[in-house]
Amino acid sequence: MHIGKDLVAAAATPLVLGILAEGESYGYAILQRVEQLSEGELSWSDGMLYPLLHRLERLGYVESAWHASPTGRRRKHYLLSSEGRSVLAEQRRQWTAVSSALEKVWMPPSDSTRRLVASPAGA
Amino acid sequence: MAEKQSALDAQIASWTEYLRRRRAVTGADVDELEGHLRDQVDDLVRSGLSEEEAFFVAIKRIGSLDEVSREYAREHADRLWKQLVIDDAPSPTRQPRAFPLVAGLAVGAALAFKAPALFGVTFSGDPEFYLLNAGVLILPFLAAYFAWTRRISAAVMIAVAAVFALTAVILNVYPFTPQGMTVSLAAGHALVVLWLAVGLAYAGGLWRSDTVRMDFVRFTGEWVVYYTLIALGGAVLVALTMGVFGAIGLDAGEVVQEWIIPCGVAGAVIVAAGLVEAKQSVIENIAPVLTKLFTPLFTAMLLAFVVAALIQRDLLGTSRDLLIIFDVVLVVVLGLLLYSLSARNPESKPGWFERLQLLMVSSALVVDLLVLIAMVARIGAFGVSANKMASLGLNIILLVNLAWSAYLLLAILRGTARPAQLEKWQTRYIPVYLGWALIVMVVFPPFFGFE
Repeated sequence: MHIGKDLVAAAATPLVLGILAEGESYGYAILQRVEQLSEGELSWSDGMLYPLLHRLERLGYVESAWHASPTGRRRKHYLLSSEGRSVLAEQRRQWTAVSSALEKVWMPPSDSTRRLVASPAGA
Repeated sequence: MAEKQSALDAQIASWTEYLRRRRAVTGADVDELEGHLRDQVDDLVRSGLSEEEAFFVAIKRIGSLDEVSREYAREHADRLWKQLVIDDAPSPTRQPRAFPLVAGLAVGAALAFKAPALFGVTFSGDPEFYLLNAGVLILPFLAAYFAWTRRISAAVMIAVAAVFALTAVILNVYPFTPQGMTVSLAAGHALVVLWLAVGLAYAGGLWRSDTVRMDFVRFTGEWVVYYTLIALGGAVLVALTMGVFGAIGLDAGEVVQEWIIPCGVAGAVIVAAGLVEAKQSVIENIAPVLTKLFTPLFTAMLLAFVVAALIQRDLLGTSRDLLIIFDVVLVVVLGLLLYSLSARNPESKPGWFERLQLLMVSSALVVDLLVLIAMVARIGAFGVSANKMASLGLNIILLVNLAWSAYLLLAILRGTARPAQLEKWQTRYIPVYLGWALIVMVVFPPFFGFE
């Protein structure tokens, strides 16, 4: 399955914020988590994540610090800020509203299907 | 094994070298991406790939460097503004045309500035006409320059042209009393209105964007630096012309006054803008240095003034130009703040420089409050005039801006606000200047009887 570019772009911010809500992380680990969470369906070029993280940092949703990894490699770690937390909560409300609306229209309860079929006969 | 490791290192080194050449991607970004690449390679090697295979898979997954660096450019537009176009290759159509365009418009501006002489209005003969119309005569060429380089839409072009037309009509139809207050106020504020109209052309259709407004602030600052440099060179040229011809017994005064100075004043406006657009990276290193140099000096001057004002006690008896001088002080303080904001590296954490800025802004506020109180009392005692009202209004506008800036700086130092918020406050405030300049230009003259 191929998920469209616009949808991936729209989902990227809440997804990254959500992953950071689980705890401090760095670029490579965030991408692995995205892969794991979406079972490989949702993916984008790895390089695109970093400008996104920088934008979130500029907006004040995340904070960053350089840490040394166990192997001695320097890594930039990102941490959700309190502002990021409230933005995430807001995005979550919006996405829940969208997905519940979609679910309702795509999975109509059985009686509404029946009504559709029955109405010509009733008229 | 050691040899293999170094082969991978060499591949990664040449990849990062390639990445480093892109202006939108800076050193720390390259480190971050390199860390990512190495993590990915390690994982792939662990799952059974050879290092070479792992390297190619990893760079493939990072994505096309063109696309990635374009994305970096979109986020870090400030790093790229020297290129102006978010594109990797320097656009081949713009470069060769830039010089003839600047030269043509500069000559156009100089000729337009001299055109009134055809009707007997000369630079030295009617300084008041030139004082009023300098902006209307010269700045359309600057607007045209941006209209051309930005390929602005017809709607924006009409809006810019309308502002110029309105200003020209008001300045020349209003029956000003010669040498009156309202005539010089209108002339000065017209320049602000027209400069912001140029800003509209500069921004193209994106005048609502905070980043584009900040770019225009940056442009304005750099333009002032270049114009000053050109003016210094021009002064040397004028002095030498007079001297050289004077030495052989010829008086070059006429030519200098009627041709060299007016043409230079007009042409340099366009040339300075062309230089800012073309040679940005040269001055880019000077902007932070200039602000870092002058912020402490101005802070010291303001603190000294606070002490002097306290010793002097009676500000009421002082010169009536005090408020005007203080408007200039506040403009300079605001300029230092804006200019350092526009040159600020968005990634750097607030530190001593922000503390110093806070000290500068708050001492300016303290002194200005003293001056304002004295002036309001003075207006109460001696009545209002156009000059007093204009300087009082400007003073209040700047005071409000700086008071909120001081609050934001404090919040930034405490970590409760982002530097981006201060930038946003400054760029959102720009329409206030436009509104006030329009009021002084349009409403003040009839209100004060064109005196």
